[in-house]
Amino acid sequence: MYGYLFRRLLGTIPVMLVVAVFIFLMLRLTPSDPAAIIAGDNATTEQVAKIRGQLGLDRPIVEQFVIWSGKVLSGDFGESFFFKKTVAQLIGERIEPTLSLAFFTILIAVFVAVPLGVLAAHRHGSWIDRIVMGFSVLGFSVPVFVIGYLLIYLFAVYLDWLPVQGYQRISEGVGGWVQRLILPSVTLSVIYIALIARMTRTSLLEVLSEDYIRTARAKGQIERKVLFRHALRNAAVPIVTVIGLGIALLIGGVVVTESVYTIPGLGRLTVDAVLARDYPTIQAVILLFSFVYVMINLAVDMVYTVLDPRIRY
Amino acid sequence: MSAPVLEVANLSVAIRGDGDRPHAVRGISLSVGANEIVCVVGESGSGKSVTAQAVMGLLPKNAMSVETGSIRLEGEELTTKSDADLRAIRGTRMAMVFQEPMTALNPVERVGDQIGEVLEVHTDLDPRERRKRVLDMMRAVHLPDPEQMIDAYPHQLSGGQRQRIMIAAALVLDPALLIADEPTTALDVTTQAQILKLVREMQARKKTGVLFITHDFGVVSEIADRVVVMQLGRIVEQGAAEDVLRNPREEYTKMLLASVPSMTPPKRVPVSGPVVLQTEKLFKTYGKRSLFQPKARIVNAVKDVSLEVRRGETLGIVGESGSGKSTVARCIARLVDPTSGAVRIDNIDTAAMKEAQFRPMRRRMQFIFQDPYRSLNPRRTVGEAIIEGPMNFGLSRNEALQRARDLMAVVHLSPDAVDRYPHQFSGGQRQRICIARALAMEPELLIGDEPVSALDVSVQAQVLKLLDEVRRRFNLAVLFITHDLRVAAQVCDRIAVMQRGVIVEQGTTADVFAAPKHEYTKALFEAAPGRHREFFAGA
Repeated sequence: MYGYLFRRLLGTIPVMLVVAVFIFLMLRLTPSDPAAIIAGDNATTEQVAKIRGQLGLDRPIVEQFVIWSGKVLSGDFGESFFFKKTVAQLIGERIEPTLSLAFFTILIAVFVAVPLGVLAAHRHGSWIDRIVMGFSVLGFSVPVFVIGYLLIYLFAVYLDWLPVQGYQRISEGVGGWVQRLILPSVTLSVIYIALIARMTRTSLLEVLSEDYIRTARAKGQIERKVLFRHALRNAAVPIVTVIGLGIALLIGGVVVTESVYTIPGLGRLTVDAVLARDYPTIQAVILLFSFVYVMINLAVDMVYTVLDPRIRY
Repeated sequence: MSAPVLEVANLSVAIRGDGDRPHAVRGISLSVGANEIVCVVGESGSGKSVTAQAVMGLLPKNAMSVETGSIRLEGEELTTKSDADLRAIRGTRMAMVFQEPMTALNPVERVGDQIGEVLEVHTDLDPRERRKRVLDMMRAVHLPDPEQMIDAYPHQLSGGQRQRIMIAAALVLDPALLIADEPTTALDVTTQAQILKLVREMQARKKTGVLFITHDFGVVSEIADRVVVMQLGRIVEQGAAEDVLRNPREEYTKMLLASVPSMTPPKRVPVSGPVVLQTEKLFKTYGKRSLFQPKARIVNAVKDVSLEVRRGETLGIVGESGSGKSTVARCIARLVDPTSGAVRIDNIDTAAMKEAQFRPMRRRMQFIFQDPYRSLNPRRTVGEAIIEGPMNFGLSRNEALQRARDLMAVVHLSPDAVDRYPHQFSGGQRQRICIARALAMEPELLIGDEPVSALDVSVQAQVLKLLDEVRRRFNLAVLFITHDLRVAAQVCDRIAVMQRGVIVEQGTTADVFAAPKHEYTKALFEAAPGRHREFFAGA
């Protein structure tokens, strides 16, 4: 088990290396010039060349990569071309809103979707089942920004219960933090609710026809416990897989949501950095995302062993 | 005399929607007294399991319901009870044990908790008292080392141990009635014998009434006080076990009893045809230790197996699950690659051949698998299934179709049936189709891997007869794998007994049955249910 964990952690090194090389090359092979963007529209060719020299972009790509990766290994992600801060500082500022958003989104998604899925499976073929599945199709098909603006109109503009947009740091008060996160999290969670509810239903339906469910009933167990104690845990592996996948996909999902609600998170940072061709920031953010992705996958695999004693590595 | 533990009177269970019949069971009446074991025997579709489910109140809700009749448990009517009242009775006053001990236990919960669940639902015992009761119960069903095993998961236990856990969970609150639905069908014979003994012992302990459902007359003769014979949802005959087994009154019962193969092998003339199949020192090993996994588990699935089959001869490989009998067959047909040794087909060694070289050999040996429901592709017509092989070996579509139609007649099905789909046939008919499919390749060797184990006893007799017919007609060599000694006695010229990958005894069927030499063979015979009994009608 620990040996397996160690091997998996070791395995992340080549993955991160491939990601690093890939993102580094991609940025430098796309036809655009951060120096020109920084210099502005009225800059002369000499000024642009000077800036390029300052940024080290006139050196051969291989040399640039060696310098950058050397620094990254010592924990230095460099300085942003655009924001005039170190990348580490920048990410440090932006990570809290994104983590908060992701946390609330998954929380809402799991706590709404799993019971919905269980209910739909339990009342398989009934109107409840049809409503849940109908909602699920809707959740898949309506784009995040549409849901976002609809919710803003309803709860912020029309009912005036919640703020329209913005973010408040947790250090400035938990109440405001939660209040401002509700709408964006709900918006973002819709698609995950759809996904997870559907998976829960399918997976549970399969389990409910198993013999041990009949055994539980033969013991005189009540239906709720049959569902949650016996069925759900056996159905959990695919559900957890989807939740893990959802967390990983969230990283992409926050870009739009953070834009709609003007939340200063990593999603917004990524968009801004890409527009400004801010190489060090883009590289660091992508590396971070990939690392999180790999770690989530590892965590999901570890959760399997908790859920199902037959799974051992 | 006290009231019977269970009294079912005039019970009818309706099937919703349009099934092949409107009632799963119709107008049945039976009773189980205290300290009595009543066996319900019948073939698939006879309604025996539905009867059990109806008593437990576990009929599938949107498919079946009790239409008329009464079910009384210790004099108390169950059919009018609410769901909540029935729940309170299940596990306390009546309990049930199921067929598949692997799937009937929750795979992700510790076995101790699964026994304890009954106490948790129905009693106020605190966790420590529960654990003590569970341990006591585990000791009562003779599970080894209960303190260790109580925290084990089902997959860590053997099939027999799992069934003991099921029995412990069913009996922990000493119910008046135990319903056992084919509790030993999925087990090996030696394990089956132990579980049957345990059921008897537990029943005597608290004078439990037992409703025991089975399709196996061997089991009936071992355990039953009384027998109820069911057919197509009705009770055909019931009475004391000895009476029904010795002097069956009804034709159906006589037919069923006559279908049970005898343990005495018929006289056979030794076969002297040319050797079609020969294996020499065949080994199959799974797992491999490597630099990175120095402690990897190595399993010798097949060890040093040498056997031969002649044209016109049937060699039986007999053994329990995990004995390696199927692996031998798979090595011969190259569904798995043997690790070492020789497999000679007509004196050509195929063991080391590459797949491309081996391909032409595939025509010469054909497989018939155990489960006819799963070995035919449900989306293709029977004809397509039969002609696929011959066409792979160069026959034109029309020639192959003609051959398929001819073969349907050989297996006693209508030639027009080639245009139909597998689900339109019964299990026995499907197995006939599988036989036709195998014959279409004009093989020299037929390998049957438990080809009749999934079939009802009357159908089994017909399929065995057909296999014997085609073996004579096409002068085939047959390798017949089975766990059923009765079947082996009737169809095999010679048998090889396997245990843990090794052939422990090999000889003519008559010799092995008359005087088994190896300890394991003796144990197998000793465990065969109803071994001292011949089930001939009127005998």
